[in-house]
Amino acid sequence: MKLAALLAVGVLVALPWIVSSYALTVLIFIFFYAYLGQAWNIVGGYAGQLSVGHAAFVGVGGYAAALLSMHAGLTPWIGMWIGGALAALLGAFIGYLGFRFGLRGFYFVLLTVAFAEICRVVALNVDAVGGALGLYITFTGNPRQFQFQDNRVYYYVALALMLGATALVWALERHRLGSYLTAIRQDEGACEALGVDTFRCKMLAMVLSSFLTGVGGTFYAFYLFSLQPNAVFGIPLSVEIIIRPIVGGAGTVLGPILGSFILSPLAEISRTYFAQGGWNGAHLIVYGLLLIAVVLFLPQGAYPALLRLARRRAA
Amino acid sequence: MDPTLVGQGLLSGFLFGGVYSLMAVGLTLIFGVMRVVNFAHGDMMVWGMYLAWLLASRAGIDPYVGFVVCAAALFLLGIVVQRGLVERIVDAPHEMQILLMLGVALVLENAALVAFGPDPTRVRSPLSQSTVWLGPIFVDLARLLTFGVAMALTAALWLFLARTDLGRTMRAAADNPYGARVIGADVRKVYAAAFGVGAACVGAAGALVSPILPFQPTSGLGLSVTSFNIVIIGGMGSLPGAFAGGILVSVAESMGAVFFSPSLKELVSFGLLIAILLFRPAGLFGKTAA
Repeated sequence: MKLAALLAVGVLVALPWIVSSYALTVLIFIFFYAYLGQAWNIVGGYAGQLSVGHAAFVGVGGYAAALLSMHAGLTPWIGMWIGGALAALLGAFIGYLGFRFGLRGFYFVLLTVAFAEICRVVALNVDAVGGALGLYITFTGNPRQFQFQDNRVYYYVALALMLGATALVWALERHRLGSYLTAIRQDEGACEALGVDTFRCKMLAMVLSSFLTGVGGTFYAFYLFSLQPNAVFGIPLSVEIIIRPIVGGAGTVLGPILGSFILSPLAEISRTYFAQGGWNGAHLIVYGLLLIAVVLFLPQGAYPALLRLARRRAA
Repeated sequence: MDPTLVGQGLLSGFLFGGVYSLMAVGLTLIFGVMRVVNFAHGDMMVWGMYLAWLLASRAGIDPYVGFVVCAAALFLLGIVVQRGLVERIVDAPHEMQILLMLGVALVLENAALVAFGPDPTRVRSPLSQSTVWLGPIFVDLARLLTFGVAMALTAALWLFLARTDLGRTMRAAADNPYGARVIGADVRKVYAAAFGVGAACVGAAGALVSPILPFQPTSGLGLSVTSFNIVIIGGMGSLPGAFAGGILVSVAESMGAVFFSPSLKELVSFGLLIAILLFRPAGLFGKTAA
């Protein structure tokens, strides 16, 4: 297992020197969405608290880093941590509201959606943060500004984000907190009866998850050079974030990565294929059908199913 | 602040509330009977709007007549979604149900995008051109008619739930699904009827609002979120709560537009929602805590 992981990482490190620049771009998105999915996985997968508003954290993190860089000249290498901290603060507030009152299932979903929508409406209406036009970042190619002439640098940054978050989740799963979170997802009442401070555990998961997602916002802003309120705070981005770990296997270490490797190329292919025919929303129809199929036929996700298949082969 | 402007805002908010009430009643009916949240509610409404638009532009049928067809079509869609999808996961964890309905919402929204394109449209009704003056305040005839029909439909639904056997069984199943099964209610049929009627409500609401409100395929999500706000504010599963909540949220939004800015009116309903979640999570008319 260790050998396989090392081999996989080795291949990923060598890949930019082999593949085309188009494939490189697709891979960057695979890693970046796997990273965001992994961050969501902590609270949505392990703790089972379904947030459909994670786009808010991407937006807060991205806006913070971009505004600090544009107005205060602060390098995004520092700004990303401030963005992450602000996102964590927002996450803590949402978590506090939701968990203190034991809002579960649908109520929690709606709370997260409501906050993402509030952020979107505020960003649209406050001219100091760009208003409806959003923010545009001029390309300088200066590494100090988190901008690189060579796409391969973005590739390695995205890869590092994904591997870092995965290592963190891997460690979390072996830590007591990870077991508590899984227990909360399975039976919160029983968990409380055993003396676990479920509020504290869920808060920790939410803060960690929103912090990582906020850090990802910087990558979003400085890789795409623009922040549009409707795109960066919108529900479609939240759906992009949650669908990968769910398809891959929520609450597993490798689920978000597997889901991203399944979905991102699929989205890319259907987007380019359908866009040529003028069918703009078609790739989201594919997403919708996939979500339905996964819930009905593969509720644990692809990774546990693959694992079962592999075990049966071995036996 | 100009009192005429405030009066105007109050009246138009109140009248628009009829549509909000109708869509929220549909959502709360589905939730009350099945404990399933219809995340595709707003997208079903958008399909009601586009059907009204098709009827008006292709067959020249006024939306104030065509809403019957839209309600019937959405009734069928609701039954198909219930029988084909929701029925399989009625006992699954909430998260799974939410994800399933999110999938349905994505399919409906983007099917509308593929079919009708991304640009906003509006249905022209000859009735929406005329206004009536009440002293210094004017009333849009279309808004008045939309309000009247929405109220009539809500009253009809009320009668259906109170007086017919199927309606009574529905309320019984909402109250105690196990008990309903014990006394021999056909729960499968009740569930399908509830989903169908709930979808028909929002389909009719869509058709009725189509001459007043410009819409586009992406409008569905906002409408879903507004419906959720209303039923939480009124109390999940409570029909009077959804009814009163619809009027309340609509008046609050229109006051937000008068006092702040039209683009900030959504913040007012979110503010209401957060206040309710903080101080009374069961909602204004709810009995049990969340």
